[in-house]
Amino acid sequence: MTTLLVPARRSFLSSSGKATLSVAAIALLAGRADLASAAAGDAARDVDILNVALGLEHEAINAYQLGATSGLLQKPVLDVAVLFQSHHKSHRDALITTIEKMGGKPVAEKSINDYAKALNAASLTSQADVLNLAARLEMGATNAYLGVIPAFKDHNLAQIAGRLAADETMHWTALTSALGRPLPTKALSFGA
Amino acid sequence: MRAHHVALTCLAVLATQAGADEALDAKALYEARCGGCHALDADRTGPHHAGVYGRRAGSVAGFAYSPALAGSRIVWNEVTLERWLRDPEALIPGQRMNVRVSDPAERRAIIGYLRAAR
Repeated sequence: MTTLLVPARRSFLSSSGKATLSVAAIALLAGRADLASAAAGDAARDVDILNVALGLEHEAINAYQLGATSGLLQKPVLDVAVLFQSHHKSHRDALITTIEKMGGKPVAEKSINDYAKALNAASLTSQADVLNLAARLEMGATNAYLGVIPAFKDHNLAQIAGRLAADETMHWTALTSALGRPLPTKALSFGA
Repeated sequence: MRAHHVALTCLAVLATQAGADEALDAKALYEARCGGCHALDADRTGPHHAGVYGRRAGSVAGFAYSPALAGSRIVWNEVTLERWLRDPEALIPGQRMNVRVSDPAERRAIIGYLRAAR
């Protein structure tokens, strides 16, 4: 079993969470329970979106774990996979911090066997298979993050979704290159 | 004569639109737009999609839906899927998906793919 790095917990999402909660608090102090309720509702919706994102990150971490421990990845591809997994762990930690600061409950990680089954890991028989799976997940995550941007009530969180999408796009591009595939010929191929 | 011309123009527009839709690789599009959370035959962050067309929303056994989706009486068909993909919150307030597919041609291609996914 390969031991993968667990990066230090990051908190770059924390300030926006505090800002969202403060809207509700200020409204309550001003005697505007209706506004407080609306702000709390907005925050709850944003927490739901962040929890879906957290679910994606849990899955990505486990997908890279399955790939890294499969014996199918050779260096330097293995090193890159471990690096990408560390990015997803940073995403996970930041999302958990933000969800908790917003008063939400972070969605729990499943067992690695659950992820293996859902991702049909038993079908992976080569390095290319692992890279294809990773590329598919990264592409999906990129589009998921881009697709939820309009739904965020807190624009700071929308920007964070954009930053997460940028990381996933970087992963997808590297994986696509490793697979020897051409880059998209058309512009604006993500997130329509 | 004028009405005839308008009808022909409309047909031409529809034909062009259909051609554009066919040009989209529905499977690749599904994987790119939906594959972050969904698969046809496995529950992931989102529920599995095989058989989703004609299925009542929030009805996959064992999947943890939002109360809003679980309590909806919506059945997934051409109309409901179009509204869902365009803006999930507008169709079912309180849902948790929130991902929007803003391109109408892409929505049509994805719905066609889901309809065939059995």
